[in-house]
Amino acid sequence: MISQSMRNSLLLAAGVLAAGSALAAGADLGNTTKQATNWVAIAMFGIFVAVTLGITKWAAARTKSAADFYTAGGGITGFQNGMAIAGDYMSAASFLGISGLVFANGFDGLIFSIGWLVGWPVITFLMAERLRNLGKFTFADVAAYRFAQVPMRSFAATGSLVVVAFYMIAQMVGAGQLIKVLFGLEYTVAVIIVGVLMMCYVLFGGMTATTWVQIIKAIMLLTGATFMALAVLFQFGFNPEALFAKAVEVHSKHQAIMAPGALIKDPVSAISVGMALMFGTAGLPHILMRFFTVPSAKEARKSVGWATTWIGYFYILTFIIGFGAIVMLTQDPAAYYVPKMVDGVQAVGADGKPVWDGLRGGGNMAAIHLSNAVGGNVFLGFISAVAFATILAVVAGLTLSGASAVSHDLYATVFKHGNADSASELRVSKITTVCLGIIAVFLGIAFEKENVAYMVMLAFAIACSANFPVLFMSVLWKDCTTKGAVAGGIVGLVLSVGLTILSASVWEAVLKNPKGSAWFPYSSPALFSMTAAFLVIYLVSKMDNSAQAKLERSLYPAQKVRSETGLGAATASGH
Amino acid sequence: MANDDIVARIEANPKYHELVSKRTSYSIFMSILMIIAYYGYILLIAFNKEWLGTPLAPGMVMTIGIPLGVGVIVFTIAITNVYVRKANSDFDEMTAEVIKEANQK
Repeated sequence: MISQSMRNSLLLAAGVLAAGSALAAGADLGNTTKQATNWVAIAMFGIFVAVTLGITKWAAARTKSAADFYTAGGGITGFQNGMAIAGDYMSAASFLGISGLVFANGFDGLIFSIGWLVGWPVITFLMAERLRNLGKFTFADVAAYRFAQVPMRSFAATGSLVVVAFYMIAQMVGAGQLIKVLFGLEYTVAVIIVGVLMMCYVLFGGMTATTWVQIIKAIMLLTGATFMALAVLFQFGFNPEALFAKAVEVHSKHQAIMAPGALIKDPVSAISVGMALMFGTAGLPHILMRFFTVPSAKEARKSVGWATTWIGYFYILTFIIGFGAIVMLTQDPAAYYVPKMVDGVQAVGADGKPVWDGLRGGGNMAAIHLSNAVGGNVFLGFISAVAFATILAVVAGLTLSGASAVSHDLYATVFKHGNADSASELRVSKITTVCLGIIAVFLGIAFEKENVAYMVMLAFAIACSANFPVLFMSVLWKDCTTKGAVAGGIVGLVLSVGLTILSASVWEAVLKNPKGSAWFPYSSPALFSMTAAFLVIYLVSKMDNSAQAKLERSLYPAQKVRSETGLGAATASGH
Repeated sequence: MANDDIVARIEANPKYHELVSKRTSYSIFMSILMIIAYYGYILLIAFNKEWLGTPLAPGMVMTIGIPLGVGVIVFTIAITNVYVRKANSDFDEMTAEVIKEANQK
């Protein structure tokens, strides 16, 4: 039976699934059943909800214009924004998925941690300050700076919405599955709670509330993970070698957990997945949008410096947590493992010891069980509430960026040709937020029983093949034209989606074609789709000799002065 | 438009071009370092798993791959913050100068 748990684990490993489902499935050993209602966790989460709704009420009073809604008035500091970016980026998939992967396979979890981090220097070196200097509310402001507004904005909004949609479905389904396990709530109830809460944050509090939800979540997640890692290291006198030695002793794979395993199969997949992660981060609309909330390029750089620091630190913690789970959960197997049953009684190994069949609640529960092992029921409740808060912070960021793509790019620029007033733009954002919330809940319910494991990687592949090349070339290459950028972006979008459908993760795992029948043999399309997008942008722009193209090229020097010096950059506030 | 004037003056200022070329080469250099570190590690995994799985010292459990991997994470954090610091001091000073000179003339 392809159990719920399998799907659940695939999904949470989703973040992680680059290596294909074989490995993610390997991380999954137990059953996901609805757990007994966890009142401590619900109470902790209730406190989080009460605090964040209080902040939303406070933020609502300050969200009067479209600028407040999109960028919190532009008054967020670099440090705050760095925390919020970390809160936007560190998902439940990376927390539970990576620690679960380390628990199951050891070393391989580290490879993922690194992959999820290396996009940040790219954003820092190439994008952060230029984004801040050229943009106002959305990354389309930057991409369309000197280009024909209607085609560029339409393309950029499409790119944003497609990325948001795939990312959102993965988060919603993950939320439902996770909350079912952690809180003992029904899947549908969980998805509706997530949908309603995120809608409240964004609808009433806009970017201000979203930012603070993300900051609070980041602090909770970092505090909880730090405590767990310290508790683990404390047991081993802060000597990692002692921790690893014990883990190797008790893990069924022994010394193999200290070396790379099956995660990286062929070099082409390795490079391709690496590209999706490295350049995809610089094309995620909900991340890019955060750079417009700070007052200057200097603060934008500070934000990304802090974000990288916190995210990197967090990934080191997940590695320690995974190893800690290997050691500490085996000390009390009856509490955390499912007994392996043979003919109604627990099987007994050749050594006379009882045999266990994987973690209760599935392979992604390693960090959750560890929280119970190191801090008892109250800390378990805290970490469960953190996991819930984590999902909320991410989906709120996604909803906000989806709503701004619709209201700022499509409504105000494409339909109203830039003549929409702030009030009507704000109204459209709010209507869109409600629509997106409802759509997200429906998709979450519709996809409950589907395999959505490929969706996060697909979102990254699209971001790096469609959004990133267009943004990069429009800002850094003077000969780029509207036609080139739009053509290249569309090629990147179509190829990344098409090749993903033809790869094993969709062709075999979702469409149920026989194993080995997938046409596209690699784990990610990025190497091909991103290269193709750049090539098409280059060739089409080179061939474009229209009057419009000449005008666009002539506008480049002024754009460059602004992107490099910040001269004339949008100021913080729309008041 | 006054702004066009300032843009033209900035364009004519050699300091502006110095700023852009210095910062661009710096960020390209840093990007290449990052790409070498990351893809170097990934390709090492793809082509030489055994070496990464070798214990650090005889009798130890920890393998070469672990400090190297954690090292890539620490390197990523470090290189990002080094760039941010340099850009926020040296390059921002140059930028402020360029803008000041353009406004004066």
